[in-house]
Amino acid sequence: MPTTLPNIFENPLIAIAIGIGGVMTVLSLNVLFCIWFERKVSAWIQRRMGPMEVGFHGAMQTVADMMKLLSKQLITPEGIDKPLYHLAPIVVFAPVVASASLLPFSASVAISNIDIGLVLVFMFGGFAVIGIFMAGWGSNNKYALLGGMRAVAQNISYEIPLILSALSVVLMVSAMGRGITVDGVQTDLLGTNLAHITFVQANTSLWFIVFQPVAAIIFFIATLAETNRAPFDIPEAESEIVAGFHTEYSGMRFGLFFFGEFTNMFIGAMVMTVLFFGGWDGVWLVGSWLPGPVWFFLKTYAIIFVMMWVRWTFPRLRFDQLMTFCWAVLIPLSIVNLLVTAFVIKVL
Amino acid sequence: MTAPTDSPTLPMNAPPQAPTLVQAHDGDDETYYLNMGPQHPSMHGVLRLLLKLRGERIEVCDPVIGYAHRAHEKMAENRSYVQFYPNTSRIDYLSGMIYNIGYCQMIEKVCSYEVPERAVAIRIIACELNRIQSHLLWLGTYLMDIGGITPFLYCFDDREEILGILDRVSGSRLTYAYGRFGGVTRDVDDVFLSQATAFLARLRGRFPLYAKLVEGNVIFRERSIGVGVIDRAMAMRYGVTGPCLRAAGVGYDVRKAEPYGGYEDYDFDVPTREAGDCLARYEVRVAEMEQSCRIIEQAIERLPEGAFGPKKFIKKLKPPVGEFYFAVESARGQFGMYLVSDGKDIPVKLKLRTPSFANLSSMSEALAGTMVADTIAVLGSIDVVMPEIDR
Repeated sequence: MPTTLPNIFENPLIAIAIGIGGVMTVLSLNVLFCIWFERKVSAWIQRRMGPMEVGFHGAMQTVADMMKLLSKQLITPEGIDKPLYHLAPIVVFAPVVASASLLPFSASVAISNIDIGLVLVFMFGGFAVIGIFMAGWGSNNKYALLGGMRAVAQNISYEIPLILSALSVVLMVSAMGRGITVDGVQTDLLGTNLAHITFVQANTSLWFIVFQPVAAIIFFIATLAETNRAPFDIPEAESEIVAGFHTEYSGMRFGLFFFGEFTNMFIGAMVMTVLFFGGWDGVWLVGSWLPGPVWFFLKTYAIIFVMMWVRWTFPRLRFDQLMTFCWAVLIPLSIVNLLVTAFVIKVL
Repeated sequence: MTAPTDSPTLPMNAPPQAPTLVQAHDGDDETYYLNMGPQHPSMHGVLRLLLKLRGERIEVCDPVIGYAHRAHEKMAENRSYVQFYPNTSRIDYLSGMIYNIGYCQMIEKVCSYEVPERAVAIRIIACELNRIQSHLLWLGTYLMDIGGITPFLYCFDDREEILGILDRVSGSRLTYAYGRFGGVTRDVDDVFLSQATAFLARLRGRFPLYAKLVEGNVIFRERSIGVGVIDRAMAMRYGVTGPCLRAAGVGYDVRKAEPYGGYEDYDFDVPTREAGDCLARYEVRVAEMEQSCRIIEQAIERLPEGAFGPKKFIKKLKPPVGEFYFAVESARGQFGMYLVSDGKDIPVKLKLRTPSFANLSSMSEALAGTMVADTIAVLGSIDVVMPEIDR
């Protein structure tokens, strides 16, 4: 099982410092890469080239954009609700960063290995909704308010199939993890511990996507909706309501929202990797060629690629159709999936 | 004195079915006003939509126009016929060729000028290419409004071919001045014809791609079926013409109803649909692109030899005294020109009846009771060009 940072470094303060520094570095690099990747993927799908000027194939383009954002004038609109307006980007951005520390990157090291890790990840994801609504209401702008209201309804609705489909995996891990020998000790593996989930898949070399394809698809769709990615990007639907809830944010304040959105996507993809694609487990025969974390990130970015692919292919769902899809299709499907999983586990 | 058209039983004189003017705030706290203002990432030109909303439902939609008024009709009163000619392609810049040629055809009919047969065929090829180009742009922007950003670039890729072909022969990509009174400016050569033929083959190969990408997509169908219904009665009431009218079940096309410019010799269908919703308008326009391909094919095949224009380009006109009306079918509907002439080289009055004006008026009734997200979809599917409305 992964040894966590506080255990490796005797001094807890050093562990915390390294943890924070490491997480922020990884997340910043991820956002830099994701933005470049998004622009390139969208360009290739649209028969364009994407950024080509700044650096090799535009690799430094994101750095240039960040510099531009940092140097922009921060326009504060009149009549805003000051605490809400100023705190909103932080409320959107901080919990997602916190949840990045809960994920196990390899079999030997994790930043923290908490028994209720999965529950905490979903909890942190839920905070972002408050931030979005704070932005929508505090902006003194009808477009932002519309975007904020839509975001709240969408996000809290899609949390339900998200959690229900993850529950199916939790059930499976708890059933398969009875009395397994780990590091020489016989333990019961808990379904909510992210490292345990990965360990079960690595042990049997059978990823949960094989057992739970329906849950995986539901989880993917719900993740798209949670991170406000198309076809669920109504809260920031550019062609309808200007920019939705972040209309009134300029410069680096907008940059923080952006950072939060891409980090959210990253976390969502990482959780999906852990739950369904075996986390640090290598692909069948070539598993030992690359170390665990490399496999982890490869799978994560493959999922992110699919998310971007979906975004640039499909049009947007209208808001009531989106809600109907969640409540009338996804939730019954995920409940049925959960019941079938429980039944099968009981029988076998 | 009542004219025959004043009869209250005529559908066009029926009172409007939904409130269309936004009144002062009526104290109802459940409603609010949202301005989809003239500056908007998606507005098709500068249009202000004043919406009275209850939650996400539209109660009243009031379009406010006039932001792109450039006084074309006044300019016509101060210029000679030849001097006004370049203005015509800027009225609706997406049907620039059709408007140019239409203006020439009006003058030719009024002054009884002969047009050589070769010029007639060349004009038809150019106008139909223009129509295809306009529909391609509409397709790309309509899909972009619904949220699928990628097809926009595919449509513009095809459109680029057309612009290149027309640029080669006329000198401009968008606002041409290709016609002259009595013919066209320049002759077309074999390169033009081979380029046009190659383009037709390419476009026909692209139709299945668009069909698969768009029509098979369940999200697109959900956003288009039953949305923004303009039925037959509503269309007749507002004077809607063009693909919007044909999508409501009325097969009225000026090229068939009052043939002009050689269209009577060509074999093509007028596609209609019954539903009158966004999907019907989409299907009508895609079918029209195919029909335009047919027309271009026939014109290329039977392109006669001969002169391409008058022997001497006419600069000073001597039109007869009187009032004249001439209409052509542009990409958006019936474009009519009402000319009042007193025999001089400068018209007394040139009234431009543009199709988008009537088409946009029907939108306020079509939108009442629908959701905000449908506003852009319906506006996109009606295909308005704001400069044409404001002139």
